[in-house]
Amino acid sequence: MTSREILLWVALPYFTIATFTTGLWWRYRYDKFGWTTRSSQVYEVNILRVASPLFHLGMLAVVGGHVLGLLIPETWTHALGISEGTYHLVAVSLGALSGLGTLLGISLLVYRRRMTQSVFVATTKNDKLMYVFLLSTIVLGLATTLVGSGIVGDAYNYRETVSPWFRSILLFNPKPELMAASLPSFQIHAVAGMLLFMLWPFTRLVHAFSAPIMYFFRPYIVYRSRGDHASGSRKPRRGWNSFT
Amino acid sequence: MKVMAQVAMVMNLDKCIGCHTCSVTCKQAWTNRSGVEYAWFNNVETRPGQGYPRTYEDQEKWQGGWVLKNGKVRLRSGGRLKRLLQIFSNPNLPGLKDYYEPWTYDYDTLISAPLGDHTPVARPKSLITGKNMKIEWSSNWDDDLAGGPELAPKDPILVKIKDQVSDRVKLEFEQAFMFYLPRICEHCLNPSCVAACPSGAMYKRSEDGIVLVDQDACRGWRMCVSNCPYKKVYFNHNTGKAEKCTMCYPRIEVGLPTVCSETCVGRLRYLGIILYDVDAVSAAVSQENEQDLLEAQLDLMLDPSDPEVIAAAIRDGIPADWLEAAAKSPVYKLIKKYRVALPLHPEYRTMPMVWYVPPLSPIVDSLRETGNDAEDSKNLFGALNSLRIPVEYLAELFTAGDTEPVLRSLKTLAAMRSYMRDVNLGQDPKPEIPASVGMSEETLYEMYRLLAIAKYEDRYVIPKAHAESAQNLEEMGCSLDVAGGPGQFGQGPFGESSGRPIPVAIETFHGLKDRQTSEVLIPLSAMTMNLKSWSNGSND
Ligand code: HEM
Ligand code: SF4
Ligand code: SF4
Repeated sequence: MTSREILLWVALPYFTIATFTTGLWWRYRYDKFGWTTRSSQVYEVNILRVASPLFHLGMLAVVGGHVLGLLIPETWTHALGISEGTYHLVAVSLGALSGLGTLLGISLLVYRRRMTQSVFVATTKNDKLMYVFLLSTIVLGLATTLVGSGIVGDAYNYRETVSPWFRSILLFNPKPELMAASLPSFQIHAVAGMLLFMLWPFTRLVHAFSAPIMYFFRPYIVYRSRGDHASGSRKPRRGWNSFT
Repeated sequence: MKVMAQVAMVMNLDKCIGCHTCSVTCKQAWTNRSGVEYAWFNNVETRPGQGYPRTYEDQEKWQGGWVLKNGKVRLRSGGRLKRLLQIFSNPNLPGLKDYYEPWTYDYDTLISAPLGDHTPVARPKSLITGKNMKIEWSSNWDDDLAGGPELAPKDPILVKIKDQVSDRVKLEFEQAFMFYLPRICEHCLNPSCVAACPSGAMYKRSEDGIVLVDQDACRGWRMCVSNCPYKKVYFNHNTGKAEKCTMCYPRIEVGLPTVCSETCVGRLRYLGIILYDVDAVSAAVSQENEQDLLEAQLDLMLDPSDPEVIAAAIRDGIPADWLEAAAKSPVYKLIKKYRVALPLHPEYRTMPMVWYVPPLSPIVDSLRETGNDAEDSKNLFGALNSLRIPVEYLAELFTAGDTEPVLRSLKTLAAMRSYMRDVNLGQDPKPEIPASVGMSEETLYEMYRLLAIAKYEDRYVIPKAHAESAQNLEEMGCSLDVAGGPGQFGQGPFGESSGRPIPVAIETFHGLKDRQTSEVLIPLSAMTMNLKSWSNGSND
């Protein structure tokens, strides 16, 4: 194991996890007000109407694919009688489809950001940085799919290297050699992904963590007492002792 | 029965001169920031007209409010799942262009232009793109029927009643009938904005019914904006959060009227408490026939002098001074006792709580133009029956098309006018005039005092928020008291506003009020000292 391997496949992932979790906590604790999609729909809707659902639905499929591919061991799908060939075919085709949808969606979003004057004016430096990392991670991911699928070069079974490495990190039993043995395309995509996750808490991407699932479970009309300190209302500051 | 209190407003449209003072003072108080340049928590629209945002009343298009489906109300824009599926791009959201593109002028050229033959001009610059722009629309572009023949026919109400009236009458109507409609958030009893908010950031305050957006919990899903049928939630495109009329709650909490009411030139706004039965709301909004919604809403409002209601209110924790205020509420009187005030678009089924006394003046004016005695009750009653179009138009606004309640209200106002004319001219008052609208002379006179004399303390009966909860009020702060919000305070480490920000609450307002009303000059610094010592509990 070289120190480069340790740095990339042990130190970096744990540093990412640490930054990501404390970053999210910090942001939620100190900047609830900044936690928003910062929707730009009021400026422009014609491109957004297509681009945003395309990108988001594609992205959700991609996220789902990553969860399946990285977290579920190959032995489990084998036990279910799904052969490597079948799995590969399904994963690559669905993955490529949703990846391409995501790419098309994000390209339209970026185009819209740049070409619609009102949206461009409302684009912050933070947004630009975020888009650089998000877009490159997506492009690299798609390239990886193409490379690993056998469409370009030989097919590659990442479920024997990348996935066990990923799980080894989560189980606090890191096996950097597995990742070191995988293809360079996977390695670059993984590094880009880790950088993206480090950036995540500090960008508008935090909105993904407030997907409003609870909406299904609450009554329509919300009543709140003036005295309630439910989510978000300001906590008493230090020194605000009761007057009486 | 569960009794709740609601701060409600009534506006007497007869008195509105369309001066927009209310809009301007509201803007100064709440939306003079970038991100909400285009937002007018209070706006005044000329009717007939398209309104602001353009044609917002066309719910086929904007999908706001509730509808009845299989005997149950649901949001017009669909169920919860549908809403979440549409979250990535909201198909019903008005664009900035539907309000208007806010602008400023390039004033600098006026002073920096080189000497020349032509007077320099300050060109309009878009506040959205920063580029030169052509001004084509605004929040009151069709003010006073400007662009009438072209713009007014697109008024959704006119479009709706067009089938019922011939073109000839319509034309006559457009010439003869115009009034102003000031609008704020309705602080509905069944708010569709709250129901549509995916993150539960919008809420109705259980003490006073004011509907607010929790700025820390809003995630910018912008569903409230499209689901409010009155389009009274606005998206701050700078902060990415929804903002709306707050009923000036920091003022209401200390017993002061809202800024729009306080500054209204026509003194036409009334503020008071309504007690209502919150358990009965969902049954009330589920009326089969839209025209029954008005009566259903009236039934929700409880009689504050009924001992049973009082007992229930005490049981449900409504403080004694609030009950007292409810008994004196000018709003309750106008809505339920005299029955002259009507709700705006009850058919949206949100149970709005800003009601309107419909305008009689346009009818009086057109009567006068025909050379008749416009203050004679017989003439007026006759005119009401013959001038069908204004009445039908008002009915579309206030009663889901039912002309009966509108006629009743206008007749009561007409009766008041002619009865009081006799009184004022020293002639014998005619008791048969109040009797013709089912009122006693005393009640009619009482109503006259409230509507015409309209003393400050009669117009506003606002109980203060409770001292025992004062601590909470301060700590909660203002829902817009955030960076970029109107309540923001400079928090630099140095300078006057150094240190902890002064919350928008009781002592700020008492301090300011004392300062404004006292005979001697209280320096601001002394006031801040007081505030600090009050809030710290010590002054070291
Ligand atoms: C299921 C959870 C999610 C929901 C409900 C959601 C919802 C939204 C909404 C409402 C917008 C604002 C669109 C607009 O009106 O301008 C938005 C923007 C955006 N979202 Fe998401 N999102 C989710 C997950 C994600 C994820 C996982 C990513 C990226 C990995 C993402 C990336 C973005 C980006 C980049 C934008 C900005 C688009 C632009 O205006 O250029 N979102 N999202
Ligand atoms: S009028 Fe006000 S309370 Fe009613 S739905 Fe609209 S924003 Fe909500
Ligand atoms: S200030 Fe009063 S009179 Fe003037 S527009 Fe507003 S509501 Fe009408």
